[in-house]
Amino acid sequence: MADNDTILLDHGSGGKVSHAMFSDLILPLFDSPELARQDDGAVLDVPKGRLAFSTDSYVVDPIFFPGGNIGDLAVNGTVNDISMCGAVPLYISVGLIIEEGLPVRDLKTILETMAGAAKKAGVRIVTGDTKVVPRGKADKIFINTSGVGVIPDGVDVSGDKAVAGDQIIVSGTIADHGITVLSEREGLKFDSDVKTDSAPLNHMVKAILDSGCRVHVLRDPTRGGLGTTLNEIAAQSGVGIRLYEEKLPVRGPVQGTCELLGFDPLYIANEGKLIAIVPESDADKVLATIRGDEFGKEAVIVGEVTDREPGRVILETLIGGTRVVDMLAGEQLPRIC
Amino acid sequence: MSLKYVEEFRDPELARELVKKIRETNTRELRLMEVCGTHTMAIFRHGVRSVLPPGITLLSGPGCPVCVTAQKDIDAYVAFARNKDVIVTTFGDLMKVPGSGSTLAREKAAGADVRIVYSIFDAMAVARENPDREVVFCAVGFETTIPTIAASVLTAAGEQLGNFSIYAANKLTPPALAALMEADGVDIDGFILPGHVSVITGTDAYRKTFETYDIPSVIAGFEPVDILKAVLLLVEQNETGIPELVNAYPRAVSDTGNLKAKAVMSQVFEICSATWRGIGDIPDSGMCLKEEFQAFDAAQKFDMDMPDVPEPKGCACGEILMGLKTPEACKLYKTACSPMSPVGPCMVSSEGACAAYYKYS
Repeated sequence: MADNDTILLDHGSGGKVSHAMFSDLILPLFDSPELARQDDGAVLDVPKGRLAFSTDSYVVDPIFFPGGNIGDLAVNGTVNDISMCGAVPLYISVGLIIEEGLPVRDLKTILETMAGAAKKAGVRIVTGDTKVVPRGKADKIFINTSGVGVIPDGVDVSGDKAVAGDQIIVSGTIADHGITVLSEREGLKFDSDVKTDSAPLNHMVKAILDSGCRVHVLRDPTRGGLGTTLNEIAAQSGVGIRLYEEKLPVRGPVQGTCELLGFDPLYIANEGKLIAIVPESDADKVLATIRGDEFGKEAVIVGEVTDREPGRVILETLIGGTRVVDMLAGEQLPRIC
Repeated sequence: MSLKYVEEFRDPELARELVKKIRETNTRELRLMEVCGTHTMAIFRHGVRSVLPPGITLLSGPGCPVCVTAQKDIDAYVAFARNKDVIVTTFGDLMKVPGSGSTLAREKAAGADVRIVYSIFDAMAVARENPDREVVFCAVGFETTIPTIAASVLTAAGEQLGNFSIYAANKLTPPALAALMEADGVDIDGFILPGHVSVITGTDAYRKTFETYDIPSVIAGFEPVDILKAVLLLVEQNETGIPELVNAYPRAVSDTGNLKAKAVMSQVFEICSATWRGIGDIPDSGMCLKEEFQAFDAAQKFDMDMPDVPEPKGCACGEILMGLKTPEACKLYKTACSPMSPVGPCMVSSEGACAAYYKYS
């Protein structure tokens, strides 16, 4: 397939053109023995332990943005969802829904990025599907990824395990992804280097779990941002959460864009950050472990779990006041992931 | 883009000092109104209420442009959206505001061509790109947005952009303050006057209201230190009994305002009466296109004259905008009315008092 070609309905027909696309474009990039077998499904070896299984669909607009594209977003997103179960992600599937007319060059770039992201995360793409829909029936390309991973014995993390006294660690600056995509989509040209934070977090999670520290909750605050995810945890665990505004890590240009557009960075999506909720006695060690990972250098403790006001997240503001950080309600940026 | 210039206005030390002074100075119950919706949000966001002494009540005024847009004007926007020949362009905040029967968001879901823009210039670009369709811009907002709208009408006239028009529901701030002071039952001990609006109008625009009603008035910026400083000034004026009109936002606001912006406004618009949601008609508080620009008046072009409609039953938006009620005193608040399913505009706009209460308390 030449780079200057475009995707036609034929590419999704299941016939010769489809097969050629699979053999010439997809297979060489994904480099996976399971995929090469071309059976209806993948047959996999699974290590001992409980299985974690997750799925997510990606419809971001635009499909290319500073620091990444829909491809690495789709791989990292599922890798991270599996990792947040305390699992080691192993295999993922890829479903492509392509709008007729997508330049082959764009598809190739996206697939290359997916292959690179899978390699970096150490997962294999083992099965997949491609459909092409008429122009206007999808928006350039939608991607679904599903994945499985195995939870090692002794690991038990969940959103309902936070207890009073736990410290809340965030692995780096918040709101980078949402603001990047929004700025790109709306053509808001800021003199800044804001880019997506899309990244695989499985190596960071493994390091945390291997450190011997106790970990109660791991979550990645994607859609809805840190504020929404912490609300979910507060409700699941039946605890209160206290955040300190002065500790929240937000890059200057991201903060500036939020100010200009009236957004609160607490509600803006992240694609390469995790929240770790850990007992106070283990907090420093977990923080150091996260900072030792290439995607966790700016990790900080942003708050603590309390037994006051169960189910609520309270922010202590810079001026010493307090306010409620509620679940995002009735407003959201469209299609950021 | 850097935000470094705001840091000193978020300085915790400075803020604490101001809070201490407010507590030391204040001896009485005070009801202070922040006129502007951006102030309302800033006050909640920074937790300003929680650091003030309990005797000081901050009331949210009629300064959220979406909140004061009359229901009949929303009905007009919906009617434009239902016209297949029209592309409606609007700021995002208006999408979910309920008219008497529908919203722009619902019309969009049903197939209408409604596009969210960040600036009226984007709306003009849509008009240029679609020469065979009509493009209507829903013009709402105060003195902060009116000059840009006026400038774009001038540009459209220069380009002879015949498929572009605006439906103007713009409003002026000082007449609303006067109307508020005249209204029955209104009990306000001081105004925190809007910063952005004042950049355009200048301090002088409030002088007449101030002199007529002798009410403590302070123009404030939007950072916590700005707001606390304004509260302190209002407390001091109430304690001494000497009301003043103070510009506490001199880094942005002058006595005369932005003369160029004001000139463009008066070149394109003339002052007329306007209907404020929940408040009613306020004389001289609106802006209508002058005779020579009526080709760009969507109301004229489409012969759009929507009837007045009653406010939704039980919605206390009007009383809230006048400081007569707090959102919590509205019986629909958090029951029938929430940001997911707003009944009145105070719950829709990100700057609305009800939305702010809902989100932050």
